[in-house]
Amino acid sequence: MKGTYLGEFEEVVLLAVAIRTGDAYGAAVVNEIEQQLRRAVNLGAVHTALHRLEEKGLVKSEMGGVTAERGGRSKRLYIVTALGRGALEEIRQLRNQMWDTIPKIVWS
Amino acid sequence: MNASKPNRKVPPRWATLLLQWFCPAHLANEMEGDLHELFEDRIYSMGVRKAKLRYVKDVLSLLKPSLMSDKSNKYPTPSHTDMLQNYIKIGFRNLAKNRLYSAINIIGLSVGMTTAILIGLWMWDELSYNKYHQHYDRIARVMQHQTYNGTTSTTPATPLPMRAALQNEHASEFTHIASSSWTEDHILAFDEKKISRKGNCVEPDFPLMMSLRILKGTAAGLDNPASTLLSESVAKALFGQEDPINKTVKVDNKTYFEVTGIYEDLPYGTEFHDVAFLLPWKYFLEQEPWVKRSETNWGNNSFLLLVQIAPNTTFDQVSSKIEKIKVRHAKDEARFSPKAFLHPMSRWHLYSEWENGVAIRGRIQFVWLFGIIGVFVLLLACINFMNLSTARSQKRAKEVGIRKAVGSQRSQLIAQFFCESIMVAVFAFVLALLLVQLILPWFNQIADKQITFPWSNQKSWLTGLGFTLATGILAGSYPALYLSGFRPVKVLTGTGSSLRLGAGRFAALPRQMLVVVQFTVSITLVIGTLVVLRQIQHAKDRPVGFDRSGLLSVAINTPDLQTHAQALYQELLHTGAATNMATSSSPTSEVWSSDASFSWPGKDPDQLGDLGTVGVTHEYGNTVGWKVKQGRDFSRDFSTDSLGMVINESAAKFMGLKESVGTLVQWNGNQYTIIGVIKDVVNKSPFMPIQPTVFMLRQDWASFIHIRLNPALTARQALSKLEPVFKKYNPGSPFEYKFASEEYDRKFQAEERISQLSTTFATLAIFISCLGLFGLASFFAEQRQKEIGIRKVLGASVANLWQMLSKDFLILVLIACLVATPIAYYLMHDWLQQYTYQTALSWWIFAAAIFGALIITLTTVSFQAIKAALLNPVKSLQNE
Repeated sequence: MKGTYLGEFEEVVLLAVAIRTGDAYGAAVVNEIEQQLRRAVNLGAVHTALHRLEEKGLVKSEMGGVTAERGGRSKRLYIVTALGRGALEEIRQLRNQMWDTIPKIVWS
Repeated sequence: MNASKPNRKVPPRWATLLLQWFCPAHLANEMEGDLHELFEDRIYSMGVRKAKLRYVKDVLSLLKPSLMSDKSNKYPTPSHTDMLQNYIKIGFRNLAKNRLYSAINIIGLSVGMTTAILIGLWMWDELSYNKYHQHYDRIARVMQHQTYNGTTSTTPATPLPMRAALQNEHASEFTHIASSSWTEDHILAFDEKKISRKGNCVEPDFPLMMSLRILKGTAAGLDNPASTLLSESVAKALFGQEDPINKTVKVDNKTYFEVTGIYEDLPYGTEFHDVAFLLPWKYFLEQEPWVKRSETNWGNNSFLLLVQIAPNTTFDQVSSKIEKIKVRHAKDEARFSPKAFLHPMSRWHLYSEWENGVAIRGRIQFVWLFGIIGVFVLLLACINFMNLSTARSQKRAKEVGIRKAVGSQRSQLIAQFFCESIMVAVFAFVLALLLVQLILPWFNQIADKQITFPWSNQKSWLTGLGFTLATGILAGSYPALYLSGFRPVKVLTGTGSSLRLGAGRFAALPRQMLVVVQFTVSITLVIGTLVVLRQIQHAKDRPVGFDRSGLLSVAINTPDLQTHAQALYQELLHTGAATNMATSSSPTSEVWSSDASFSWPGKDPDQLGDLGTVGVTHEYGNTVGWKVKQGRDFSRDFSTDSLGMVINESAAKFMGLKESVGTLVQWNGNQYTIIGVIKDVVNKSPFMPIQPTVFMLRQDWASFIHIRLNPALTARQALSKLEPVFKKYNPGSPFEYKFASEEYDRKFQAEERISQLSTTFATLAIFISCLGLFGLASFFAEQRQKEIGIRKVLGASVANLWQMLSKDFLILVLIACLVATPIAYYLMHDWLQQYTYQTALSWWIFAAAIFGALIITLTTVSFQAIKAALLNPVKSLQNE
């Protein structure tokens, strides 16, 4: 499926959205990625990736409530769709399949 | 947290502004939220400085086109096609609501389109002339430039030896070479059927070169001097349903030919369309002794020479090779400095006029002229549409405001107005197609064409639709862009100021300019038409020099008429239908032959004694009714008249004789005496100078019998008496005659055609312009109804109001007159230059056109103005 091909960064973002389910918005995703991967990411890169994921139908979004910590500004909350979950599982399964086919001899 | 340094914990303000500047508002809000939150977090985790740095980096990373687009607009974004139904519905309602304006728009536009379609068809026909022939782009005729008495003339007539020279010296340049005679009338007979048709004597290569489509038999028959090829229509006329192949036809009541092939008639749009049958060249050689003699005579330019060049060469290359061919072979022709060249078939129709050896204008100028006129007439109709739509824009301003307020984007409004204008254009196109269908027969008649509308041609439909779309877009462009630019707040709030949007001084300027353009074009066309009409009238008023009425001529087309000449004359006079008769070698108002070897005392040796020659009989002068100015006419009382000459005034002038009568002239080894000078008879185009001509008594040259009808009888009675006599003495031929007056009138054909077309176009232009003006005037009258009511209440008279309403338009038309006059003067001055005998461009032509335009404008506008001025103020003021 060419349309749902996931880039490496997109996969990370998608996973981050899944981790933060219920509270996945731009800044939260940035924090999650930075914590997990221990590297700095740009907000712009995250938003671009979220945009693209939404276009592909892997996530969907809605406007969330207003919180004081954001200076009264609204946030857009992202949720992984069934398609997104499928994509993640497919990647994982592919990885596992490949892991399983590595001959034991390689590691010895 | 610390009040003393609050600014240090705030993200850089410029970066936030940058984001707000570039991002759509709803996106910026969301992003700012994220940025702010991250910033707060980072102050604790990495300190203010680093947090600020990261903040700037994040802002910059957000400035991506993909993030800034307006995609997440929460309003529905219907595509233009979703709204199409609505646009069409509103369009229909608008048309139905304003019936008058709709009618003006549609009728105006369809008249403009009809004109454009007709002109387009005509241009297409002109440009595809001769394309029927497969080898269209390789065929040429050999032509010559020759210079004598200081002027260079160009002729398609070539000497016969040139054909042989081309064959012998340049054979590799040509795939086919074919000589041909000119197209002449012949009589074809089969059993009792006799018909007169035009035909050529051609060499056997002709059918191949012209790629004639052979329907029956073979094209190869022309090798044989006793066989002929007939066109399908001639075969049908002669043989009906019978198989024509191997039947025998009698031509000119003397020679029999066997039909060996039938070819498809050449279509009207080809050079040889009137050639209805082909006779073999060999027969021409055998039949006409002068042709046989010409085979070695380089001085006799009397034949048509057609060639098809080889595929590996070009017309220019071959032309440069054959240029000197005549001088090489005939030294004594060098005094004319003859230059041969190839004239490609693609240029025959449109580029066939030369002046002093240089190709000038030709028919192509009409193609351009009419093309331009067509575009202009269509433009006039489009201007109407634009003007009316913008003028009525105020009425739709509110609609625009409401549409915008409920979320319409400007592009959607533009689409809506284009949709409406294209709808009108489509209506107009359908109407135009009907009109074209109605007008085409009449148009064909005045344009001398056989155009049919290409209903089944896909390309023409595509062109038609493309053209409609283009018209719709052109006509709708101004209103669409103008109306869609209204600010909803302005149009929906204040009434007074906003309504002036459309009628304001500034907004009216483009509209006024368009009206000026319209009338400039129309008035230029009207002046042009008047000049053309004047020029024709001028030439018609020219003294013709003979009496055309009741003069009949019959071509001597078979030997029978000549052998029984005397008996025929006696019997014709005996019928009482003819009062006088004579023969001549040329028609009454033409000179068919000329000779350059005349000499007379006092002649400059370098000057060529080139005079037109006409052979006549004694009665010729009396029959045609020419006026003798000096000396006397031919007379049977003087036997010496057989070596006498009558010359025309122009000849006397040309020869530079003080006392013409009695002068001795040498010609052809004989000495002739000039016995009389006649007043000039128009013998070429009536727009051209008269050719110096001599008349001699040569009954043996006779080609035409001229008969002066008895004025006591009607033409019909006279003809019915003459016919049996001709039938008796010329049994092999149908009785065919021409009236001198009709023949003379035919000389005006080309000019009459221009005048008819330009009259039509000028009328249309004026009609369309006035239609537009009418619409505008009625609109403004309606618009100012209340003002007029109040003015009336306060005591304004009808005349006052009429003046007030008409003045604006009259000024516009006056400006248009001022612009049109110099343009028309320049153009028509140029046009008249091609005529030697030309009318003056008098001031009154311009005055008449301007006066006419003003009167028409005033009538158009006044109708509405007076209607508005007469309205009862109580009625116009009572509501509101």
